[in-house]
Amino acid sequence: MTAASKQPSGAASYVSRPSAINNVAARKHLIALLALLPALVIFCAFWLLPFSRLIVMGAEADRSSGISAYLSILTHRQYLISLVTTVGISLVVSITAVAIAGTVGFFLARQRFFGKAVLAAILTFPLAFPGVVVGFLVIMLGGRQGALAQTSLWLFGERWMFAYSLAGLFIGYLYFSIPRVITTVMAACDNLDQSLEEAARSLGANTWQVTKDVIVPGIAPALLSTGAICFATSMGAFGTAFTLGTRLSILPLNIYGEFTNYANFAMAAALSVVLGVITWMALSLARRLAGGNLGASA
Amino acid sequence: MKSRLRFTLQLGFTLVVCLFMIVPVAMSVIAGLTENYFVGLQSGLTLRWVNEVWQLYADTIWLSIKLALACLLVTIVIGVPAAYGLLRSRRRWANAIEELLLLPVAVPGLATALALLLAYGSYREFRGSWLFILIGHVLFTLPFMVRAVLSVMQTAKLPQLEEAAASLGAGFRQRFFGVVIPNCMSGILAGALMVVTLSIGEFNITWMLHTPLTKTLPVGLADSYASMRLEIGSAYTLIFLVMVVPLLVAIQWAGKLTQQHH
Amino acid sequence: MRSSVSITLNHCSRTFAGGNTALQPLDLHVNAGETLVLLGPSGCGKTTTLRIISGLESPDNGGQVLFGERDVTALPIEKRDVGMVFQNYALFPNMSVADNIAYGLKIQRLPRAEIAHRLDEVMRMVDLKGFGERRIDALSGGQKQRVALARAIAVLPKVLLFDEPLAALDAKLRDRLRIEIGQLLRELGTTAVYVTHDQDEAMALGDRIAVMQAGRIAQLGTPQEIYHQPANAFVADFIGAVNCLEVIGMQADGGLIVHGGELVATHLQGVSTVYCRPEDIQVVPLSQADIKGKVVQSIFLGQSQRLLVDTGGASPLQIEAPCRQRWPNGTHIGLNLPSSVLFHPEKTNTTDTTKELANG
Repeated sequence: MTAASKQPSGAASYVSRPSAINNVAARKHLIALLALLPALVIFCAFWLLPFSRLIVMGAEADRSSGISAYLSILTHRQYLISLVTTVGISLVVSITAVAIAGTVGFFLARQRFFGKAVLAAILTFPLAFPGVVVGFLVIMLGGRQGALAQTSLWLFGERWMFAYSLAGLFIGYLYFSIPRVITTVMAACDNLDQSLEEAARSLGANTWQVTKDVIVPGIAPALLSTGAICFATSMGAFGTAFTLGTRLSILPLNIYGEFTNYANFAMAAALSVVLGVITWMALSLARRLAGGNLGASA
Repeated sequence: MKSRLRFTLQLGFTLVVCLFMIVPVAMSVIAGLTENYFVGLQSGLTLRWVNEVWQLYADTIWLSIKLALACLLVTIVIGVPAAYGLLRSRRRWANAIEELLLLPVAVPGLATALALLLAYGSYREFRGSWLFILIGHVLFTLPFMVRAVLSVMQTAKLPQLEEAAASLGAGFRQRFFGVVIPNCMSGILAGALMVVTLSIGEFNITWMLHTPLTKTLPVGLADSYASMRLEIGSAYTLIFLVMVVPLLVAIQWAGKLTQQHH
Repeated sequence: MRSSVSITLNHCSRTFAGGNTALQPLDLHVNAGETLVLLGPSGCGKTTTLRIISGLESPDNGGQVLFGERDVTALPIEKRDVGMVFQNYALFPNMSVADNIAYGLKIQRLPRAEIAHRLDEVMRMVDLKGFGERRIDALSGGQKQRVALARAIAVLPKVLLFDEPLAALDAKLRDRLRIEIGQLLRELGTTAVYVTHDQDEAMALGDRIAVMQAGRIAQLGTPQEIYHQPANAFVADFIGAVNCLEVIGMQADGGLIVHGGELVATHLQGVSTVYCRPEDIQVVPLSQADIKGKVVQSIFLGQSQRLLVDTGGASPLQIEAPCRQRWPNGTHIGLNLPSSVLFHPEKTNTTDTTKELANG
């Protein structure tokens, strides 16, 4: 616009029109690039470059086996088991969270009753609790002094505990996954076209049929996407696992152990890259399904 | 009748889930205020543990606040222009760049921290300063600021507004500060709340990057959970909740505000 | 086809939680097989009325909905045997065209063969043969509305309900589908209630029209009655364009003095305003004119033109004139307003012409 108006009027401007248009477009892109530059510089210097080095480092020789650390992951039982355990527990947590919180979220989105806002607030406010705090809350539930231990002591005369095991991890991951799913499901239900349900009902469908044929297919992308976010978050949840005990064999704790205890940098790097690739793929899938939600790691 | 039953069942289930979410928090709050949690509430309520936490960990709290504010400043200064740049770039480029900026969120904090350590850990001076942690926080929170601002920019029909301003003779600077910034204030606010909350609670990156002299609140929390008595850990958690719950409430409020806007 | 039923609303009102009254107590009867159009601006209560009939909403206490002799007030929509067509189509995106149309039949657990047969028949009726396996998002707006229509009639409903089904379509398509829906309704003979804010649609489809305003029925009648004998100024203005001529005096012989001239209208004694439609005013030589005025603007409409003529009143008169003749701005012209085309909402029923039209 500005570039074009600077052109002299008359026949001359006719001839130079194409270049004037190009100038406008070029200027626009220059401004966009300049605006993006600071963020890109910081990102490249402090993330892209270091992470590229990490990828390279993972190919170096593993301290204990002497072969490339990536290969070492595949050939060592211990790493494979921890990989499978981490993926497994994250999958189970995501599915459970989607099932539980999907039901609750749908209920809250569709029913009007006194006190609903309070319930919704209780269910969503732990959304941004860091992993360490969630770990501590699991200890409050299932530790030596936890709610379960106190109840079982009172009822049966013995302390029941689950906090420092995979069960504790499961409960912790469930704890930070539920608010995410509920928030997403409530939003998805609000966005669901109400007239679809009305149409199904006008054709004679009962509540169960409406749920099965209209609602679940309607919020399926949101459910899958939020499930993938829960999966990625659980995969990388270091804080919770760290609080609950370093003896559990899951990837984040392995990475930490290799780095701090054994100074096995190649192995730590390789495991980080593998973990990063898995969570990145899960989150890409989530974004493709829902577009939008970022999902913070806990 | 059938629908009545269904409602009751669903409500009951919802209440159970609510209990699951709230009971440990309530227990932690009580533990932080109880004289001796092992004995129970009959040992009396006290602020002793909160005081003790303050004596031991006050510097972690101040550092976290300092970090969060610095992080907010940086993400606004580089994030708002970045969002504008994305808005103005070709679709394909914008998507690719956004995908890139998202990587520090998509990849676990542990991996990001490890990469930073292995690349820049040898610069002693830098490694030991709080700025090293700030870098990690900025990488992690920047996408949230960019996304919040960009989504408001897109729904506010900013390109049209800007064209209108340009047709009235406004130059780039006038447009950016007179039209762009005021019209994405709600996005900046939502992004800012998110950035501060995430920065205050960030653990995965910070734990790897901190030194004994640069401990943040969550680092101190992990420290106290591992080595202090339950009451101190609880009191410390209580302080954290007092700081972060208002922020969470504000985030929900800001979310509703922007929704009404559209 | 299933025999159709009449619909009766007794004293149905609807007040929303905030105390907003969407519908004043309403009595309405739709004859079996008849198409009733609910017409009005947004917020007039027409959609609420439709939703009460459908069972998507219940009337306030005391209201009663009857299908034929049967009281269905307490029945939810899924038990009412209605077919409903929604404004935004409301097609299930996770199902194909055929699955959408057959959905209600599957709910009824009809035998497979019967479903296939019915599907085939309905798809032929709405001209969708060969589209069965298409995905919903691969259809155009007009095709989507055909699917929605097919889905609603496939279940052989006792009552067909339309909630502004054509509002989202462009003008050409709207005209075509309007004709198709009209044919379909005649073919099926099902009782139908059709909500719209478009008067052309209402005129074309309705056996009778209920014009609604602020939660009430302002007038209920055949399209001809509504157009030629509007019950009040709101209806007159909402249905087509109308001119209001202020009566500023009266001659000894009963002639009404208006701006620009004098009118003869013995059936309108004592009114302060007389109304007439633009197409009922004739342009005549100045010597034969009832009223004289000056052309201030002419708007070319294609098949005709709209002249705005200043006669000295508050707003210019609108006149529908043949399109080939030209009247430059400033031209003085004469207008003829025969007694038969003048009306006033409170004094309508006496003119011969309108009676004739209404019955014809």
